[in-house]
Amino acid sequence: MSGIGTVSAQLAHFSEPLRLKGGGVLPAYDLVYETYGRLNAAKSNAILVCHALSGHHHVAGQSAENPGNVGWWDNIVGPGRPLDTDRFFIVGVNNLGGCHGSTGPASTNPATGKPWGADFPVVTVEDWVDAQARLADYLGIEAWAATMGGSLGGMQAMQWTLSYPERVRHALVIAATPKLSAENIAFNDVARQAILTDPDFHGGHFYEHGVRPLRGLRLARMLGHITYLSDDQMAEKFGRRIKSGAGSYGFDVEFEIESYLRYQGDKFAGIFDANTYLRMTKALDYFDPALDYGDDLAKALARARAGFLVIGFSTDWRFSPERSREIVHALVHNGQDVAYAEIESVHGHDSFLMDDPHYHAVVATYLKRITL
Amino acid sequence: MTGAFERADFDLIAGWVQPGERVLDLGCGDGALLRRLIDERGAKGYGVELEDTEVLAAIANGINVIQGNLEQGLAGFDDQTFNHVVLSRTLQTVRHTERILGEMLRVGREAVVSFPNFAYWKNRMAVMSGRMPVSEDLPYEWFDTPNLRFFTILDFESLCQKMGLVIRERQVLDDAGRAVTEEQNFLGSLAVYRLGR
Repeated sequence: MSGIGTVSAQLAHFSEPLRLKGGGVLPAYDLVYETYGRLNAAKSNAILVCHALSGHHHVAGQSAENPGNVGWWDNIVGPGRPLDTDRFFIVGVNNLGGCHGSTGPASTNPATGKPWGADFPVVTVEDWVDAQARLADYLGIEAWAATMGGSLGGMQAMQWTLSYPERVRHALVIAATPKLSAENIAFNDVARQAILTDPDFHGGHFYEHGVRPLRGLRLARMLGHITYLSDDQMAEKFGRRIKSGAGSYGFDVEFEIESYLRYQGDKFAGIFDANTYLRMTKALDYFDPALDYGDDLAKALARARAGFLVIGFSTDWRFSPERSREIVHALVHNGQDVAYAEIESVHGHDSFLMDDPHYHAVVATYLKRITL
Repeated sequence: MTGAFERADFDLIAGWVQPGERVLDLGCGDGALLRRLIDERGAKGYGVELEDTEVLAAIANGINVIQGNLEQGLAGFDDQTFNHVVLSRTLQTVRHTERILGEMLRVGREAVVSFPNFAYWKNRMAVMSGRMPVSEDLPYEWFDTPNLRFFTILDFESLCQKMGLVIRERQVLDDAGRAVTEEQNFLGSLAVYRLGR
């Protein structure tokens, strides 16, 4: 059950060009966003929820247009929930390059009058944060009570404390990492190769051909999905169970895990944009705040003024608890404020989306500490 | 466990911490000691705690608590980051005794260690009468105690000697939290040490 009922997305247009880290410039852009709760008079109660690879602005509630469409992190938002809408003003935004209403590869390139496609620039976590900062300006929010997110969303929450130290009081960095490992990048590249080699990709200009690289996107999602789950959870949920009528010694769906992954792949390919997927995974790969500081994460984080809550999950092997602890120890090294909880969970990387009572209690308890 | 006894332990530690110093409390529980060191002494505090409920309570107390297992050492904490590393009434629950003491003095300039003295006369009486001691500072039955190591003031000091640790200060308290100055291994229920290299 959604805690906040029906919600509607809003659109903000920005006509001031945005200079991107990769060298390009977006002349103008739209950001689609949702808000829950009320911004108080002091404008001191705003929390920015940043989304991960496949997420978007619709964090919580039921879409006005489609009540069956419940937000991706609905279980944590609402009256009396950890992100308590009686106390906080929550903002969710679809990132630049996305495919849920913000300007992205499927949007019209003003220079050509055709979809951007492959010409849409590669955007980074830093670029997203810059765009989110303009949304904050637009909403009259000088400083966030907190920025937060899981996975790639957690990286944005952390980047906020570095790009705009004075504008973030707390950062909740959940199931994240200070940078991707070679293995992480390897998985991302196999996913990208699946898309790039799909004959329907057409070098990223598939919109003009009236097709979509569904096979590539489907494979990319299937691969990604494996990395979001844990071995234990897969064993428990699917084991080696065979679907009824199978056992044909062929290559149709036989094991239930195959059925599950194909379903997830199909569902995702039906709604997601391949060019967005390529860019989101690149943003992950490039994220490395310590790079400009001789690989010294503590030096990179030194300019943050925020207090941190870092959370890792025991069975997350994509961004394992060890990676969260790297962030924690860099902050401790600097004498910065940080709390770290390591949550026992069977759900792997996806744990951050689960309605786990202890995990939610940690988030709720930390947020209650924030003075408004 | 917030009897007069524990407060006396905390009183001593609070007296050793100077304003602005960095303190790491290992097995910090709900962060009561750190809260006090922050509020009364202006310390910069961090805690390590394993138990979920205690971590939650420490977060509620506004403590910089880091969830982790002391048995795995203090990997990730840089050398000489803290002025004091506190292990209050926890050493007896740690399996890797030497490792944790070594780790404390790797990450901190001073180790503050308190532990229940198994040679306290009331404990000796209990054993003499044929039962394992259960007291204010050893409040568990033998079958549910988290304590793994039972040792005395003399035992501890011989370990310090073996490890080359310098005892900078020793304070011994009885079970009412009063200072014990004579026959400490017999009359002392809790020992509190400042150790260095």
